[in-house]
Amino acid sequence: MSRHIISILLENESGALSRVAGLFSARGYNIESLTVATTHDPTLSRMTVVTAGSDEVIEQITKQLNKLVDVVRLTDLTESSHIERELMMVKLKATGDYREEIKRLSDIFRGKIIDVTESSYIVELTGDSGKLDAFIQSVDESVILEVVRSGVTGISRGEKSLKF
Amino acid sequence: MKLSGGEILIHALEEEGVEYIFGYPGGAVLHIYDALFRHDNIQHILVRHEQGATHAADGYARATGKPGVVLVTSGPGATNAVTGIATAFMDSIPMVIITGQVSSKLIGTDAFQEVDCVGVTRPVVKHNFLVNDVTKLAETVKKAFYVAQTGRPGPVVVDVTKDATDPNIKVPYIYPKKVEMRSYNPTLVGHPGQIRKAVDLLLKAKRPMIYYGGGVVLGEASAELTELARLLGYPVTGTLMGLGAYPATDEQFVGMLGMHGTYEANMGMHHCDVLFAVGARFDDRITGEISSFCPHAEIIHIDIDPASISKNVRVDVPIVGHVKKVLTDMLEMVRETDNRGEAAVFALDSWWSQIDKWRSVKSLEYDRSSDLIKPQYVIEKLWEVTKGDAYITSDVGQHQMFVAQYYKFDKPRRWINSGGLGTMGFGLPAAMGVKLAFPEADVACVTGEGSIQMCLQELSTCLQYDAPVKIINLNNGYLGMVRQWQEFSYNSRYSHSYVDALPNFSKLAESYGHIGMKVDKLSDVEPALKEAFAQKDRLVFLDLLVDPSENVYPMIENGKGHHEMRVRPGQESIS
Repeated sequence: MSRHIISILLENESGALSRVAGLFSARGYNIESLTVATTHDPTLSRMTVVTAGSDEVIEQITKQLNKLVDVVRLTDLTESSHIERELMMVKLKATGDYREEIKRLSDIFRGKIIDVTESSYIVELTGDSGKLDAFIQSVDESVILEVVRSGVTGISRGEKSLKF
Repeated sequence: MKLSGGEILIHALEEEGVEYIFGYPGGAVLHIYDALFRHDNIQHILVRHEQGATHAADGYARATGKPGVVLVTSGPGATNAVTGIATAFMDSIPMVIITGQVSSKLIGTDAFQEVDCVGVTRPVVKHNFLVNDVTKLAETVKKAFYVAQTGRPGPVVVDVTKDATDPNIKVPYIYPKKVEMRSYNPTLVGHPGQIRKAVDLLLKAKRPMIYYGGGVVLGEASAELTELARLLGYPVTGTLMGLGAYPATDEQFVGMLGMHGTYEANMGMHHCDVLFAVGARFDDRITGEISSFCPHAEIIHIDIDPASISKNVRVDVPIVGHVKKVLTDMLEMVRETDNRGEAAVFALDSWWSQIDKWRSVKSLEYDRSSDLIKPQYVIEKLWEVTKGDAYITSDVGQHQMFVAQYYKFDKPRRWINSGGLGTMGFGLPAAMGVKLAFPEADVACVTGEGSIQMCLQELSTCLQYDAPVKIINLNNGYLGMVRQWQEFSYNSRYSHSYVDALPNFSKLAESYGHIGMKVDKLSDVEPALKEAFAQKDRLVFLDLLVDPSENVYPMIENGKGHHEMRVRPGQESIS
């Protein structure tokens, strides 16, 4: 079982998302995260799916995705050098000593505090999933009020690109 | 030319050369039906249930190779069609299903007869479309026919909102000659390097097997397969879906393989050193226990669908492409490079003598001394009476396997059954679709008393539209295949597999305006079959009371490999 990031260019049409999501549930593939948005070409959406499976399963996933009529192109980003990013916003109880502590921690992780009240902070953090996990682990659980993560998006390094 | 959405649909179907629409009207499709009124070029067949419409269109498509067309209304019309759509999907049958949808303003309001048809059908179609804009209708229909028929074929649903067919809104109509879709480009030509590798491997084989499937039928590659197999001189086995694509009466044919395949086919699979899979998909009913599948073989696989390759069984030489094109390329290459010498001839001879030993087990032999009507005997006689040249549809269960084993199909598209989904109720409406396509041909539906009752209502449609098919009802009073599994695996606890309170089928057929005949004596079987087929213009329902305890042999039970068949009653697996 290894983790793969599959990047998909698909027709920006209603129902396209459910075809992809439906394929994963119907064939018993797992989805760790899924993100999707329109590209600079408004007729195309770019979707990033993080999944895990044996080499055979991943091969089937890419073949089955390619078979969907709405899928224009896809690539398994993890097959070559790539960059992955995820955005997280964490709402934290910020009172007493914690106000200073969270500020410090946020700086260490190169996060930004984007909302401040007398009793709370919201920290914005971008990075690969491991970095975001590490931030969560370093904060005392009792101060976490809310966590929201965008799911992973990614892009390959260099000139090679996924386009139509 | 300005047309309404309803008119556009009908014109588009005409452009596609559609002869028959199998359908059932309702609120959401009334505009379309109005456009169809007194239309001469397309005949509408009013079925009695939407499932019947899909199976009939499916039967038509399987027999002709042309896409079957269905028109049903929204809500229950669409959901009733789902079983038939899934049936076509599993067997890769080209169909275009037009479903009505409530007006776009009402979508999402839980309106009367509203169902999310695109959502409901999504897992069982090759693709589907929702059209809520009349200006998109012509292009979408073109795309639907294109997608349904190209690549690995399959059913395509076009869900049309009622307002998109409004007779008061007319738009310019042009039917596109061609359609291009950037996201859909099936690979047709096989990779030459892979074809080279495959040919080399085939020519080096000492114990080769050719295993073909429904892809050869769908890809119209029967002639190429036959020629290549004869050129090579190798044994050929076919799947349930492939039967007929290679002539069953040919000496090189070793019968169907898999769960109820012949002993020689399965043993050949187990012991072969090169397996040449052509348009087949390594389904679980074919492979048996996957861990002991073809343990000695290097595998070549031709398929038009890349996702079929190495899905269940890892293959060594994959070739993605249209089976007809790939086989044509291979034929040429074999002709040019075949330099098999004496050693190869010797190896092939000893392989054939091994296969002949397996053949001599006569795994399809059954008790011919019984006074009861054996279902196998009925199929043998059916083959004789129809000179092996009829279109045979079936439902699902023991009778289906008996046809596959005992009716020796020599031509493709003659054997029409639901192999993938295993849909009971398929046979009668499918036979109707076939008979409408080929009115002069003999068309028989082999069925059982369980299956036939699942779409029996189409007897009425057969009368209205003059589809005089012959129904061969192998009536054993049991859901036979279920009973067989209960006998083998559940210590004969026949839980709810006995069909009690059966109707008098021959009287029932008569009340639908057909001929009904009941046969309960062995000596009456052949005369009754002759009599039925002599009635060219009448539907005849032959109710044959067959041995209720007969089982389908040989059999590979669950979890067993090809070499562990149970060949006869009372005999444990032999290898």
